Amino acid sequence: MIDDSIVTRVARLSRLELSAEEIAQFRAQLGEILAYIQTLNTLNLDGAPPAAEARPAADVLRDDVVRPSLDQKDALANAPAVEDGYFVVPPVIAEE
Amino acid sequence: MSGAAALPDLPAWELRRLYHRRETSPGEVVRAVFERIDAQEPHLHAYLFRDREASLAEAARWDGAAGRDDAPPLAGIPVAVKDNICTRGWPTTCGSRMLAGFKPPYDATVITRLRRAGAIIVGKANLDEFAMGSSTENSAFGPTRNPWDPARVPGGTSGGPAAAVAAGEAALALGSDTGGSIRQPAAFCGVVGLKPTYGRVSRYGLVAFASSLDQIGPLARDVRDAALLLHVIAGRDPADSTSSDAEVVPYHDRLTGTIRGLRLGVVREFFAEGLDRGVGAAVRTAIETCRDLGAVCEEVSLPHASYALPAYYIVAPAEASSNLARYAGVHYGHRTAAAGDLETLYSRTRREGFGAEVKRRIMLGTYALSAGYYEAFYLRAQRVRALIRRDFEAAFARFDALLGPVTPTAAFRIGEKVDDPLQMYLSDVYTVPLNLAGIPGVSVPCGFTDGLPVGLQVIGRPFDEGTMLNVAYAFEQATPFHTMRPPPAHPAGGAAARGRSPRS
Repeated sequence: MIDDSIVTRVARLSRLELSAEEIAQFRAQLGEILAYIQTLNTLNLDGAPPAAEARPAADVLRDDVVRPSLDQKDALANAPAVEDGYFVVPPVIAEE
Repeated sequence: MSGAAALPDLPAWELRRLYHRRETSPGEVVRAVFERIDAQEPHLHAYLFRDREASLAEAARWDGAAGRDDAPPLAGIPVAVKDNICTRGWPTTCGSRMLAGFKPPYDATVITRLRRAGAIIVGKANLDEFAMGSSTENSAFGPTRNPWDPARVPGGTSGGPAAAVAAGEAALALGSDTGGSIRQPAAFCGVVGLKPTYGRVSRYGLVAFASSLDQIGPLARDVRDAALLLHVIAGRDPADSTSSDAEVVPYHDRLTGTIRGLRLGVVREFFAEGLDRGVGAAVRTAIETCRDLGAVCEEVSLPHASYALPAYYIVAPAEASSNLARYAGVHYGHRTAAAGDLETLYSRTRREGFGAEVKRRIMLGTYALSAGYYEAFYLRAQRVRALIRRDFEAAFARFDALLGPVTPTAAFRIGEKVDDPLQMYLSDVYTVPLNLAGIPGVSVPCGFTDGLPVGLQVIGRPFDEGTMLNVAYAFEQATPFHTMRPPPAHPAGGAAARGRSPRS
């Protein structure tokens, strides 16, 4: 059910670099866990609407009031790389 | 409680009384707690961070005021905080290399409320990485050990908070419970652990794992203390739109200890195959005690209970895979030193920063949400969730509260389940249904099996923590288990048994 290509594809979607050893390990473990999860397939779910929340939820609105927020210095204090008040990342578009 | 008990072993309500009578002071209590920490931590490793000087200075501030009639409810009370709850200026690691060194720029709402109530925050307590696990073995900074037997796990993911309270390293603690992470370690460590109704306590500043399941709650040495702490942290918070404005009552003042005539449902499915004999025996005896106290105890069925765990292992990882997308080496936390482009920066940072269980859940959740699998897995799990909620509604139409075990076994050995994720997941089989339904539950000590504590789970109606706590209190007051403390820990394995500090 779960093969190396699925593990590799899901890892790419997850932005997770995996070693060959991890791919083999996750293939086996995810296969086992998904087999267990598939016990849900024996249930008749007619008439059961999907519930995304723990409790029935209603929209909660607040007044649109300007309030103090985190200042820039505090917001950037934990960043691994900062320049002129910006987060720094490697090039987004590779040079040809 | 014996009059000769040491200060670190006294419940918070009793410390309040002693402060009032000027028989001791916050400074004296916090110093005694740090002496206990010095003696026990090399063996237990319940904490990831402490700042003794800051805590003592805070305690000194309350030395005069804690005994006054108008003192706030937790004035001078030492409290441990699980390390996935943001504390301004104090490290908040979530037990992950990903957040080693991270210092939040703000306090979680529960921390603001603790401070306002006069609590002394003693330190940040250990947990499974990002609150994923059942044993605290998934902490990147080393496991916590069970105060009752250092060869065994304290449970998880709030293993640090539970061990700290059990060992007298704090009077109270805050944990978080996504699938049993307060109740299961409370049961394993012989303390009281309360998961409130979803929405009862603000999640603002709790590092998100599964947002529709996560809830912060108290760990304490007795029910009155858990009620006291719940009262301090509960209530609507504009910063968390899922927090409820349902009325908060002074739970600790409403404990009557009388349950005569109350209708208690005994969950049939929680006594099926898989329940350890010793645990089952202790819980059945506890139910007899409730009957002796005049409660009407009858069997009730939650027909879909056995489907809760597989549904949980879709819903929780799906939400986790989304919530943990933010750890990418840009805004905070770990960043790989070796990446020439953005894509590699993300995926290598995550490879280096996350441990195996977190990776496993991200993979599982991403799979369940990905094209072609969404309906078969995620949507199906949400439908099962609706069925589980209906099961509880039907049960609460007949009963005031429900009873059952917290865990299928007592504390297991360190290393016993680390290589078998599915076996580890199964230790939450009786706690997970409550999270899916959003209802409250409390673990209360109800006996021992082979020298290890066993927990009784009392399950309440949504936002009726009061009735649930009163059942737990009536049981507790009729039994001696909450007064029993573990013996002082001794070296289990020398230096190798000690956890590593996240700061080293």
